[in-house]
Amino acid sequence: MHSNSFHCSLSLSLYSSTMDRAHSRRHVASMKQSLFDQGYLDEQFIQLEELQDEANPNFVEEIVTLYYRDSSRLISNLENTLERKPLDFNKLDTIMHQFKGSSSSIGAKKVKAECTLFREYCSAGNAEGCRRSFQQMKKEYAALRKKLETYFHLARQAGPLETAFRPK
Amino acid sequence: MDNGCFSSPRRDFPAGLRVLVVDDDPTWLKILEKMLKKCNYEVTTCCLARHALNLLRERKDGYDIVISDVNMPDMDGFKLLEHVGLEMDLPVIMMSVDGETSRVMKGVQHGACDYLLKPIRMKELRNIWQHVFRKRIHEAREFESFESFESIHLMRNGSELSDDGNLFAVEDVTSTKKRKDADNKHDDKDCLDPSSTKKARVVWSVDLHQKFVKAVNQIGFDKVGPKKILDLMNVPWLTRENVASHLQKYRLYLSRIQKENGHRSSSSGMKHSDFPSKDLESFGFQNSVNKQQNDVPIDSYNFSDGSLQPKNVETKSHEGELKKIVSQSTVAEKGRALTGNIADTNMEESSRIGLNQPFVPLESEANHAVFDCNMPLQYSWSEVPHMQLKEDHKSLVNLGDNFSQLPLHGKQHHIRVDQSQSVASISSTPSITDEEVAACAEPKPLFADYKNDYASSVSSIGNAVVDTFPIQSGSLVMNDQSSESISTSNSVLKTQGYNNLSGISDLEIYQRNLLLDEDLHLYWLQGESYNMNFGLQNIGISEYYDLGLVTEAPTHLYDSADYSVIDQGLFIA
Repeated sequence: MHSNSFHCSLSLSLYSSTMDRAHSRRHVASMKQSLFDQGYLDEQFIQLEELQDEANPNFVEEIVTLYYRDSSRLISNLENTLERKPLDFNKLDTIMHQFKGSSSSIGAKKVKAECTLFREYCSAGNAEGCRRSFQQMKKEYAALRKKLETYFHLARQAGPLETAFRPK
Repeated sequence: MDNGCFSSPRRDFPAGLRVLVVDDDPTWLKILEKMLKKCNYEVTTCCLARHALNLLRERKDGYDIVISDVNMPDMDGFKLLEHVGLEMDLPVIMMSVDGETSRVMKGVQHGACDYLLKPIRMKELRNIWQHVFRKRIHEAREFESFESFESIHLMRNGSELSDDGNLFAVEDVTSTKKRKDADNKHDDKDCLDPSSTKKARVVWSVDLHQKFVKAVNQIGFDKVGPKKILDLMNVPWLTRENVASHLQKYRLYLSRIQKENGHRSSSSGMKHSDFPSKDLESFGFQNSVNKQQNDVPIDSYNFSDGSLQPKNVETKSHEGELKKIVSQSTVAEKGRALTGNIADTNMEESSRIGLNQPFVPLESEANHAVFDCNMPLQYSWSEVPHMQLKEDHKSLVNLGDNFSQLPLHGKQHHIRVDQSQSVASISSTPSITDEEVAACAEPKPLFADYKNDYASSVSSIGNAVVDTFPIQSGSLVMNDQSSESISTSNSVLKTQGYNNLSGISDLEIYQRNLLLDEDLHLYWLQGESYNMNFGLQNIGISEYYDLGLVTEAPTHLYDSADYSVIDQGLFIA
């Protein structure tokens, strides 16, 4: 009898935790979907998820972390270059090209779009446009970082069974 | 199937492909590494172009393909591409987030085999092995044409030797010895040099390339030619052909650079083609002169062949491209060879009429296909077979050794085997065969398609035998000529045949012919037998040179039929 009730309560708690996890997993999924829906991310992000396996269970997060660590160097590089008085558009373009390439690695769609705009201003010699799009790019860059941090945090809580699914 | 044809030692070919990834972006580097690993490739990553270049120079045979980003801080990706192209001749894939036509064009112009846009997808990487494969095919083709040069070159040496010793035929033993000694030198070197053995090509190290550039500058760009460069470079194991091919690349490289600077050089493009063709011609002539003496006894044979040969020479001179020439000549030769065999008994005339015809009907496209198959693998291989022949000549027992030493392609193997058999069984026949062989070599262009076929052909040697007849189709065309030009061309014919030897297919044909002969119970004249020796010797020479080239052979082919065949050969001996 005793053992039986113990068994009951155990299975109840198991049940509730399973419910929790299912719930939080759903939450994670919907958050990811919104990142796609709002245009923050593109297909490349799913590519990264598909690369995740037993050998690298946190592959996506590692890549995103690496991206933010490495690209901050490029951003400060851009900032410095933008402060020079006659703007060196060639140099700006080169750095931004690099930054864009890097941003393509995690599927940072909005950031990439700003990069493209920035480079158009570069080739047009539009200094004001460059500065404006740079600020916008930084904003998107930071916003995505925040969203991804939240996402990874939730995903870790929800457990490892997170599988990739295609956005609409 | 792919594996069988591929010259890589690995069986499961694209798996294990050694990829060097160069990108200054650590994020992409990590992603690409993971992707490539998932494709079962062996990945090395590197974030600096200079570092990559060092890696490549240190381990010349350490990589199959390079993937490089276009924009890197320490070195432009295009520059890296240029270096890799010149020094190691590896396929390079460029990648960039930019798809501007001009940039992609620039990449292609600098020799990139592909240009991928970031973000790169796994399915694109999964497919990159094709570039390695394609490159090897091209090399095989190229090589063949070179080979024919080489064999010609060798022939020359051989003929010089023969001058000393008089006739090959008569002085068989001595001349062989001499040659052997001479060849051994090359032989050793080739064997010692692992890179050449593996790649079937010279790896142009920085030092070597600098020597080369120095020589070019010393001679003066306008007057430069492979032979002169070779002499100046003074690198004993290097062949004229090696230099010629490098010179060709170098010229392309320079012209590209000139283009970038707004100048156009018209001269650079044109010259190489001239060199080779000239050489060929002169070559052929020389040989013919030397050999004529030998040939005389063989009359009927030579004549038919000879007639054909002149044609070949002409074609060569006209066409800059070696390959084409070769092929043409080969075809002609085939016909001759066949005819020649028949002729022996009856004489030149008869050959045309009687034998050719019967054979002709047999020829079917299928036969050609078989040939072709062999061709792609070829470069190295062709030589190997020759070697064997030589050995067979002296003592069949040696065959086993040769085998073990030379990793051969499956095709090669069976070819050899056949040769050994044929040799053993028919002592004198070979002369004809040689010629035939030469003729056969040419189908190259088709080879790619035939790979598959090849496998099947390998499986059953017997089929190959049947095929021999078909080969003769070439002969049909030839016959008229053969009869006409008789007297002059004898010598020429032989030489050419030798030259052609390079192709494996030749060997096969030869084998087939031999088989045919047996079946037909043709009668060989003594004079003919002499010819045989001759041919064999020449072949032997070429082999030595080529040894280095013999590349990794797919082992599996090896196992099946070849061994058994070999055994038989031994027994016969």
